[in-house]
Amino acid sequence: MTAYAGPVGAGEGQLNVLAWPGYAENGSNYKQYDWVTPFETKTGCQVNVKTFGTSDESFKLMQTGQYDVVSASGDASRRLIYGGYVQPVNTSLVTTYPDIFPDLKMQTYNSVDGVAYGIPHGRGANLLAYNPKVVSPAPDTANWGAVFDANSPYKGKVTAYDNPIYIADAALYLMNTQPDLGIQNPYALTSDQLAKAVDVLKTQKSIIGEYWSDATKQIQSFQSGNTVMGTTWEYQVGALAGTKNPVKAFVPTGGSTGWSDTWMVASDTPNINCSYLWLNWITSPSVQAQVAQYFGEAPANRKACALTAKGFCTEYHAADVPYWKDIYFWNTPTKDCINGTGSDCTDYNDWVQAWAEVRGS
Amino acid sequence: MTTTAPPPPSARGGPGVVHRVSGSLFRHPRGRLGVLLTPPLLWLVVAYLAALVALLVTAFYTTDSLTGQIIRQPTLENFQTIVTEPIYRILTVRTVSVAVLVTVIDALLAVPFGLFLSKVVSRRTQGFLVVAMLVPLWASYLVKAYAWRTLFEDGGVLDWMLKPFGIQSPGFGMAAVVVVECYLWFPYMVVAVFAGYERLPNTLLEASSDLGAKGWRTFRSVVLPMVFPAIVAGSVFTFSLTLGDYIAVSLVGGQVQFLGNVIYNYVAGSANQPLGAALSMIPIALVLLYLFLIRRSGALSEL
Repeated sequence: MTAYAGPVGAGEGQLNVLAWPGYAENGSNYKQYDWVTPFETKTGCQVNVKTFGTSDESFKLMQTGQYDVVSASGDASRRLIYGGYVQPVNTSLVTTYPDIFPDLKMQTYNSVDGVAYGIPHGRGANLLAYNPKVVSPAPDTANWGAVFDANSPYKGKVTAYDNPIYIADAALYLMNTQPDLGIQNPYALTSDQLAKAVDVLKTQKSIIGEYWSDATKQIQSFQSGNTVMGTTWEYQVGALAGTKNPVKAFVPTGGSTGWSDTWMVASDTPNINCSYLWLNWITSPSVQAQVAQYFGEAPANRKACALTAKGFCTEYHAADVPYWKDIYFWNTPTKDCINGTGSDCTDYNDWVQAWAEVRGS
Repeated sequence: MTTTAPPPPSARGGPGVVHRVSGSLFRHPRGRLGVLLTPPLLWLVVAYLAALVALLVTAFYTTDSLTGQIIRQPTLENFQTIVTEPIYRILTVRTVSVAVLVTVIDALLAVPFGLFLSKVVSRRTQGFLVVAMLVPLWASYLVKAYAWRTLFEDGGVLDWMLKPFGIQSPGFGMAAVVVVECYLWFPYMVVAVFAGYERLPNTLLEASSDLGAKGWRTFRSVVLPMVFPAIVAGSVFTFSLTLGDYIAVSLVGGQVQFLGNVIYNYVAGSANQPLGAALSMIPIALVLLYLFLIRRSGALSEL
């Protein structure tokens, strides 16, 4: 399949967007956060937004063929590309592309054999959040140990992300604390290493109150006090600020898992012009500045930094290349180890099975 | 005013098409039945069974881990996984145990309540109570499950009520799941049991009393055997509905998972529909087995 040759003409009048919560706001959540309506006015493309809670959900929804564009994380994007659900993107039709940070372009999760399959949207790290009113002293910032400690005093009030990809968090923790296991990349695990990560997660289970996959439900859980510690995104931290249970959050010095999202175009979209208009719009400096500040992530477009609040891009390490070296962006595990160390790695189906074992036991 | 009545057949030189069809339907009861039943049966087969079969057939396929696409080569791999991985046995045992427990609790509650409702209270109170019992059935399932979430949550209503006694709310978990499932499906049990009591003639109770039986004796020897099929009929609902539930479990279960949660994760979440389809055979088989076991109790005619 080849990329759209262009030129990008008038919109088809409609665009179906599949997005992470907070990526395509149309003012229905907060009146002041709305970058979808101006797009509709400008292009005439009526936007229908559908949000999803996990990459698996986004993948499943893209399989229905009802969506034109998707904000895909690395653990969905490769499956989308290899499954033929998304098409190559002609980056020369996206005027903002030259302004995208170079270390986001042509990565394993958004390109194949030098062909781009999307436009980077932004990135961030998964954070260790805690409720300072309850969790005292503050958790150790060296690694994720606080959420994997079987003797945690916060037993029953710890949360974890309810998805197979969370295995990578356990693998990263092992990478930090048990170097002799030889884990080099949390997404490239042999079956022995996977089994070790599963053990960590099974131990963790005894202190978990609820797992979360729905950001809104997690916010509610922190707010009511059912949850006091666990992995989260900036989005929830921002939403909890100003409630009766605000949380503090940090990236442990040993690193974290994270996400780097890419806007991709469905292979059979009937709204190709609207799709490219959207790619241009969502990666434009002013929209990037709005999304990044609303969601709490590092924008992909460097020009957005001039439009964000003072110090925002420094705080989120937007241009801080070394910082991102310790952030392991979600990726799809495959038999061929994604760090190129061999072909005896466990694949995503193994991870799904392992996660079922953790959750169901 | 215009008349739409057709002219008499004689005026047109023979019976019209409509008349011929209706005449032949009148003479052939089987044909009549066929015409009446075809549309609903078609709907059932095409819209329901075909969709179900299409889903279940995938149980014999596998998913390509790299592309997430279904590989349409028949294999028993998924069933092998289900049998060999202990986790699915654990999940099945857990789900069935809770379904049985919920059924027993609901039956224990419904038997005295149904008796009270049918034989003790006045007609007027009865009408009121029956409506009160049925009202929750008309409320949305989700609303009810969410309401229980606020009851059980930390610092929620239950916590507040139990605090004076020095007890904490059990919070989200297995106990909450059992309570909510019992609550959700109780009306089905009580309606069935109530109907059973209504069919029990009062004269039998009087006869038992005339023969010298006291309350407990009458209940054990006369009432229970007569309403037992009704209890079993109600249990079909409580058992199968609990067996298949996953939403209430995910709302109030904390980290607890049922078979349904795993099936949902596979079919809607992790994009391994084949394994999910294979897993969904377990509750289907269990319910069929249950129906098979109880068919001799006469409960099926109570449904």
